[in-house]
Amino acid sequence: MVLLSLDIWLIVEKAILIFIIIGLSFFIAMYTTYAERKVAAWLQDRRGPNRAGPWGIFQPLADGGKLFFKEDIIPLASSKFLFILGPALAMTTALLTSAVIPWGGTLHIFGRDISLQIADVNIGVLYIFGVVSLGVYGIMIGGWASNNKFSLLAAIRGASQMISYELAMGLSLIAVLMLTGTLQMSGIVANQMTGNNLWHVILQPLGFVIFFVCALAECNRTPFDLPEAENELNFGYHQEYSSMKLGFYLFAEYINMFISSAVIATVFFGGYDILPFVNESKWGLSPNLLTILGFCALMAKIFFFLFVFIWIRWTIPRFRYDQLMKLGWKKLIPLALINMIITAAVVLWLKK
Amino acid sequence: MTFLESIYLWNILKGMVITFSHLFKKRPTINYPEKKRSFSQVFRGLHVLNRDEEGRERCTACGLCAVACPAEAITMEAAERLPGEENLYREEKYAAKYEINMLRCIFCGLCEEACPKDAIYLSQTFAPANYGRKGFIYRKEELLIPNPVTEPEAYQKALGDKAGKN
Repeated sequence: MVLLSLDIWLIVEKAILIFIIIGLSFFIAMYTTYAERKVAAWLQDRRGPNRAGPWGIFQPLADGGKLFFKEDIIPLASSKFLFILGPALAMTTALLTSAVIPWGGTLHIFGRDISLQIADVNIGVLYIFGVVSLGVYGIMIGGWASNNKFSLLAAIRGASQMISYELAMGLSLIAVLMLTGTLQMSGIVANQMTGNNLWHVILQPLGFVIFFVCALAECNRTPFDLPEAENELNFGYHQEYSSMKLGFYLFAEYINMFISSAVIATVFFGGYDILPFVNESKWGLSPNLLTILGFCALMAKIFFFLFVFIWIRWTIPRFRYDQLMKLGWKKLIPLALINMIITAAVVLWLKK
Repeated sequence: MTFLESIYLWNILKGMVITFSHLFKKRPTINYPEKKRSFSQVFRGLHVLNRDEEGRERCTACGLCAVACPAEAITMEAAERLPGEENLYREEKYAAKYEINMLRCIFCGLCEEACPKDAIYLSQTFAPANYGRKGFIYRKEELLIPNPVTEPEAYQKALGDKAGKN
């Protein structure tokens, strides 16, 4: 059915895909909170939540229910509109990034080729950077609207930290973009699936490390969780928040983690490529099965990175603020620049 | 600090190896309400006022426990046994009122030591909960052990691991 030269089924297909991916992000974020508590407990020789349901698997539901039934306080002296806008923005920007990530190849069902990517824009990487930078507004607006000095301090810390680390992040990605020659996310994945099936982490180990460190900083995860430093700023920018508004902030953090893991997996670990050095299309499996396997492979990679995020959080303490800035500006940016220059030189030399 | 040290990576990796090894360690936690640790034979929990084999109260209200109590948690009032009450009280004198303030009690067990009639001992019950302070003043109803003649099972349960001791 074609209406006004617009394929209606395309819209339906994308709408379904959006619902599935948003739902999946929520579900995984929910269970990341559970995994966080469980893994934290294991790393500290404890048992973790085990009361709600078998092995405590209903714990996230219980937490969510608790947050919903808490009193929703809006401080009198706060700027009410911005106070509500803060968590909403944080959540929106966290979810927006999922649009350009290729979650799998193409499925052939109902006689149609359905791409498992919401929008295959040719500026995918730029889009991700744009949206991730918007994430600062969630923190900044929330912290400012609370009319609380601690919150404001935390918000300023968060903003400066995110801006500093975005530079190194971008520079480390430029090296990858030189290899692929495209900003399109599907192009980056395709580049890792053709030829020798080399994942970018093999060609760009330094770039990967820098990107990973910066992803930690972008998600406000330990050791870079200065915006919410409990012991200095008593909970930082979400100090005045309660009930589900607080829940939105916390939830946005976990969705950010999920999306960051997805981006890392896509850019450096072959996305939905199942194994490195292996050309999967020669296995003789049906393309649909291969797509589903690829999706599972991507999920496995994402879960691994989520685990690493949690693992790091419960291993190392928070950086001091000067250490954070020193690491960002004096270590990571020069390293990323060197990485970029070397990559550029090698690419030029190989193409001679 | 060398440059490599100053980007922290190597040290962070070492730390992560340590925490990872903890994933496989045995956890010392016991799932408390489901699993309980066994107590030592001399564990001192909440008090129990004992009865003899015929179900009569052993306490004769001599007041030695109250005197021995360093926390002054025990108060009692004595009364004389009337004819026809021989099946209730073993001695001619008995405690009409017997109260232990569990908030004052330090569970030292000196009352148990002081008692000439083996009437009071510390059981293995612990962690009582209540909504008010009043509720922690245990009266005879809370302290008396179930009657071994009429409710032998409850009696054995209340006796706990101390069954062989008396």
